[in-house]
Amino acid sequence: MSVVAHFDVHRVQYLDAGSHLVADAPALARDRAHLSALYRAMVRTRIFDAKAVALQRTGRLGTYAACLGQEAIGVCIADRMQTNDVLLPSYRETAAYLGRGVRMEELLLYWGGDERGMDFADDREDFPICVPIATQLTQATGVAAAFAYRSEARVAVAVCGDGATSQGDFYAALNLAGAWTLPFICVVNNNQWAISVARKAQSAAQTLAQKAIAAGIHGVQVDGNDPIALCSVLDVALDRARRGGGATLIEALSYRLCDHTTADDAARYRPLEEVEAARQSEPVVRLRRYLHAQGWWNADDEEALKNACSTEVDGAVERYLATPAPEPTAMFDHLYASLPAPLQAPRAALAARGSDA
Amino acid sequence: MPEITLVEAINLALARALEEDERVLVFGEDVGHNGGVFRATSGLQERFGERRVRDTPLNEAMIAGMAIGMAAQGLRPVAEIQFSGFIYPALDQLINHAARLRNRTRSRLSCPLVLRAPAGGGIRAPEHHSESNEVLLAHIPGLRVVMPSSPRQAYGLLLAAIRDPDPVVFFEPTRLYRLLRETVDDDAAALPLDTCFVLREGRDLTLVAWGASVHESLLAAEQLEAQAISAEVIDVATLSPLDMSTILASVAKTGRCCIVHEAPRSGGWGAEIAARLADEGLFSLLAPVARVTGYDTVMPLFRLEGTYLPDAARIIAAARRLLEYA
Ligand SMILES: Cc1ncc(C[n+]2csc(CCOP(=O)(O)OP(=O)(O)O)c2C)c(N)n1
Ligand SMILES: [Mg+2]
Repeated sequence: MSVVAHFDVHRVQYLDAGSHLVADAPALARDRAHLSALYRAMVRTRIFDAKAVALQRTGRLGTYAACLGQEAIGVCIADRMQTNDVLLPSYRETAAYLGRGVRMEELLLYWGGDERGMDFADDREDFPICVPIATQLTQATGVAAAFAYRSEARVAVAVCGDGATSQGDFYAALNLAGAWTLPFICVVNNNQWAISVARKAQSAAQTLAQKAIAAGIHGVQVDGNDPIALCSVLDVALDRARRGGGATLIEALSYRLCDHTTADDAARYRPLEEVEAARQSEPVVRLRRYLHAQGWWNADDEEALKNACSTEVDGAVERYLATPAPEPTAMFDHLYASLPAPLQAPRAALAARGSDA
Repeated sequence: MPEITLVEAINLALARALEEDERVLVFGEDVGHNGGVFRATSGLQERFGERRVRDTPLNEAMIAGMAIGMAAQGLRPVAEIQFSGFIYPALDQLINHAARLRNRTRSRLSCPLVLRAPAGGGIRAPEHHSESNEVLLAHIPGLRVVMPSSPRQAYGLLLAAIRDPDPVVFFEPTRLYRLLRETVDDDAAALPLDTCFVLREGRDLTLVAWGASVHESLLAAEQLEAQAISAEVIDVATLSPLDMSTILASVAKTGRCCIVHEAPRSGGWGAEIAARLADEGLFSLLAPVARVTGYDTVMPLFRLEGTYLPDAARIIAAARRLLEYA
């Protein structure tokens, strides 16, 4: 018997839970402007997120999937992607969407039950929110294959959850990306829970990153609450994909500090102590403490940032609430490029009912 | 006897089935400790243990495939698909295998499984959580497709589905989960499959519906009564195989029929019923067969779902049009 293959799975962390820099941190650790920008984006996301939950609680939004505690992942993804790369998120990547230029009122419209929210005014090529778990991943390989076909140095970046790694589409996407050397990155937001199903119940694999190995692509585990580590693994993966070096699976370790959605009650199935322990390593406090320690951030900066974000969010909420109700006939108007003749009569019948019929 | 909701009736039937038959197993995403996202399996894992009530990894194709394997082994799997909008990865297993394992092996192997899936709109749910795709499965020979319309129907039909020797897809109307309460006797009595139920007798027209549309039809019938129009209401209950005899007998009496369902009109299960009425009941009909359905559009997000879904007002309008035919 002989060993025919041997693999290692690496975990990357530069800023630990106590906000201490571990040795050999990359240049980003010394980049005040960049780290402050990442911090601002995380706080902006968190304030928006909290507002969305509040809107749901007061009946002004539908079910909403918050991203509390996982902001660093989406913020860093959006920060490191080039504008013309394409993002294919799940439903929890508010941070990435905001970073990609999706407007807050658009996300509110969507979660408020209005399709117009996915017609992004500024961010035209990114995919809409994907609810059927893991289906965005195979689509991302198609986006990547289109880039490769046209010899464009662009990357398709998909984000899914830990539960999504049990789906066939997850394995199929990784496998194709390996076989075809596609410019594809799959970021797993491993927030430890798939609704009430714990990470361990999802898979006996020691890491999710190792699922890359069977597909013959690069795989790495990263502290998903450490923006310095996230940016550095994303840079490696994006650069490699852009240069034709193939796909990467990034398992970003984080924790869902919130309920699964506003329709969920996580207290039913997970111990409060676990949540409290996880809170100790959450990303916003972690980075703020580091910025403080460097003398790059103070209470006034914090106050000013929070005020600015709240003002921005309030403006978005106002625009959302002031958006006139969709026309009922809108149901028909985006099914096809133009309304097929056989659908003209049913559309007219709907129009005749009026908007409150 | 306390009055219970439809989702509690599901829970009661599952507990009864687990109690009476060791071969019954309940599994799916979040059905264990959490008791299901709608609480349909609440308390079952505590009571019957993780051996019998168990969370699975997140994969619908696997859930269906595993249920088939268990069923062929003589177990009675009752698996949950979290929402009917997520059943699609399971279709390969359901259509190519569950529906035909018996036929392919000339009954050497069979597939006594139940796949439960919450379905339908009207609860302001997120995208893909309000689908009415029952016709996709009703079209498949070898499957039974069942949809209850009340707590009592849910209890009796689910027990029947679990005891049935063949695969059953059991759609549960989410809008009715907590809308109505009624007393349900936990007497282990199943209701018959493959038969429609006449829930209300009438003379002037027949309303045919399933799931939440039964509720709207009953409301419409009540209001029509006040307008001196007497509507019979039929709960189809088992969509496939379809019991046309009950519908034909009713239409022979009333001469008018309006079919109500949430799914898009074209190719919906109402089309099959209308075709069968044309085939077998043409000379009973005093008016064309009417359909009150969803539109031929994607199920809209919730701001427009009230417009999309059939309601009592649309049913009444259709009924009145039918009555205009003398
Ligand atoms: C195909 C499919 N099955 C089931 C669901 C219902 N569902 C929504 S989120 C979820 C858990 C997903 O967990 P994970 O992939 O870890 O992502 P997270 O929500 O934790 O970000 C489930 C089962 C779904 N949306 N799609
Ligand atoms: Mg998760």
